[in-house]
Amino acid sequence: MSNDSITIRFFARLREELGTEQLTLPASPGLTAGDILADLALRSGPWAQLDGDQPIMIAVNQTMSKATTPVQAGDEVAFFPPVTGG
Amino acid sequence: MISIQTNDFDPGAEYASLRDSGSGTGAIATFTGLVRDHGDQQGVTGLYLEHYPGMTEQVIAGLIDEASKRWDVRKTRVIHRVGRLSLNDQIVFVGVCSAHRSDAFAACEYIMDALKTSAPFWKKELAESGEHWVEQKETDLARTKTWK
Repeated sequence: MSNDSITIRFFARLREELGTEQLTLPASPGLTAGDILADLALRSGPWAQLDGDQPIMIAVNQTMSKATTPVQAGDEVAFFPPVTGG
Repeated sequence: MISIQTNDFDPGAEYASLRDSGSGTGAIATFTGLVRDHGDQQGVTGLYLEHYPGMTEQVIAGLIDEASKRWDVRKTRVIHRVGRLSLNDQIVFVGVCSAHRSDAFAACEYIMDALKTSAPFWKKELAESGEHWVEQKETDLARTKTWK
């Protein structure tokens, strides 16, 4: 994993429907977690569901975050459905 | 102590370990959650549980910290299983030692309620009619809010 990129992770229903557990994207100045989500939603097929219709939780470096949270090189950003443990 | 594991646990052994928490402990509250045959749908035959390794432990540690600020908490134990589980299997264990019963009850219930809505676990119901990722419940969110 190179340190000038951002690691994106998906869990549970999102992981299954996107058929993707993890991918890397290049970092860019001023990037936020929400920018990444909007960008991924432009991809075809199941990726369109990331456009905000369904609630998606965001964690940056394993801490619950918001769409406005800034993201930089080396960060780990995770997107997942609302949690249902216990 | 926090454990996320695939294997089963022994509540008796956990209780014995909690009991060994010093002479100031006057109460132990424990909760055990089991797999049941209905949830979002009827005819559930089992569960599959997924989690976010690392973040899960961090979130639960934060909940224990918060509980320790609000109530007298002397020792805690949280175990959550992941992977494939069958009907009646144990899913989760929360145990809290305190000087007093009201603090033990409250802290145990708080940790359990907050875990359900903030720790990154996801349940999939396995049923005769197919698999189904469980939806987060408004009632669970409402319960967590009552602790704010």
